[in-house]
Amino acid sequence: MMSLLRKFYHGLRGIADPSGNVTKSGVCDRGIILFDHTSDVIKAEEILKAAGVDVCVKGPPPEVRTGCDMAVEFPLVCELQVNQLLEQNRIKPIRILPLQDLLLQPVSLFNTKDYGDYLMVRAANMKITVDKSDLRIVNISGGGCPDVPYLADRLVGRTLFEAPEPRSMGKTLCGYALQLAYEELKKQCHG
Amino acid sequence: MSWMILGTAPYEDFPLVESACRLQNGALIIDGHKIGVARGTPALLATACLAAEVMGIEGPQTLLVGDIGDGKGSAKLYSRLLDKIADDLPEVLVFHYLQPDLNYSLKISMGLEELPRKPLLVADAGYMYVAKMSGLANVYDLFTPDIGELAFLADEKAPHPFYTRGFLLQDEAEAPELVKKAYKHQNAARYLLVKGRKDLVADETGIIDEISEPCVENMEPVGGTGDSLTGLVSSLIASGFTIDKAASVAARANRYMGFLANPTPAFSIAECLKFLPEALERVVDNK
Repeated sequence: MMSLLRKFYHGLRGIADPSGNVTKSGVCDRGIILFDHTSDVIKAEEILKAAGVDVCVKGPPPEVRTGCDMAVEFPLVCELQVNQLLEQNRIKPIRILPLQDLLLQPVSLFNTKDYGDYLMVRAANMKITVDKSDLRIVNISGGGCPDVPYLADRLVGRTLFEAPEPRSMGKTLCGYALQLAYEELKKQCHG
Repeated sequence: MSWMILGTAPYEDFPLVESACRLQNGALIIDGHKIGVARGTPALLATACLAAEVMGIEGPQTLLVGDIGDGKGSAKLYSRLLDKIADDLPEVLVFHYLQPDLNYSLKISMGLEELPRKPLLVADAGYMYVAKMSGLANVYDLFTPDIGELAFLADEKAPHPFYTRGFLLQDEAEAPELVKKAYKHQNAARYLLVKGRKDLVADETGIIDEISEPCVENMEPVGGTGDSLTGLVSSLIASGFTIDKAASVAARANRYMGFLANPTPAFSIAECLKFLPEALERVVDNK
């Protein structure tokens, strides 16, 4: 009985996301990619689908309609993978936005902590630490998506300037946050 | 209590395994597979094995799959769990590094809620993100966020910590306010164990315990120290501790582990875990 009531409550309070998922909190897990030209939409859809990303083509919300009248919708957690695939195929979107709230912005502030011989930078939920003497990445912590331990395995032990960029192997928003922390750390270590 | 840890290993081709696990010479042995302990779910599992031995309980079962961020492994695990919900589930389920997938999470949360005897549900990392996103956080018994993830739980609009508004403006002094907001929007589990400079145990009434000693500054950069805390609290719950007591004791034991290990920021969690049995014994004896 409780579960029936809950489902009814969901129906009243929730919103249906484009996949048909309904959440009581109204939080949507999808993102939207806006393009200038319809040909880019078609190409992007094809490439992302071929890579196994769950995408569909929709009309963009009126408040962000600046380019063509079609947009590609995708699971927001895959934003880094989507960015990479588009870049590799030289498709330049106008913007990528979370559908939940088109005004939400990725974190853009960084927190730096100096441990004497080591320097740590945090971006959103991701932290990366280097040994100042040789710029070797000594630790990666935080995050919750499954590419974080995978990325850490490949980055820890290498120097900041020889390690592959997190975005070249990461796929999720945690991987994206790690990329931002990595870029900031590189900037700080360059002086 | 019987308990199961559900999560991922950072290998693309690691199959879905359901098995007991054990530690042997610093590596995890699961269903004949050998896994190194660096961070993520393997670090949680290693902690759970060590803590179970100290507490004299059976080690955890695990449902583990390889996933490197494309979500394919996580989807297999979610699907297997949905099949298992109809069977006899363990009494404690611990969800960890899994690809946030709203569709699966909704089905799992609703499936668990409909059980005549719902297991105790602990969620951390990616699964905690999606449990919040689903609007069914209050089906869960314990979330273990760090301070940044608490800001995400408190932000009713954020679909992921990456999009949390005012993230870095939320310092630890604002934790009580963030806890209040997370419960107000029903985005928190029955209990929260907030990892930070000061660890906090909270429920819908607010902060119920603060653990700040010993304070080991160098623990923050060490990858896997949050996973060890989740492993500790889960093993204490499986030992029969109440959730709030388990959270307080686990936070103290994790800090003592750091104190005994005396890490530099370059330490690995595997180096710290050598000190976990002594730390846990010390804290449990003094509880």
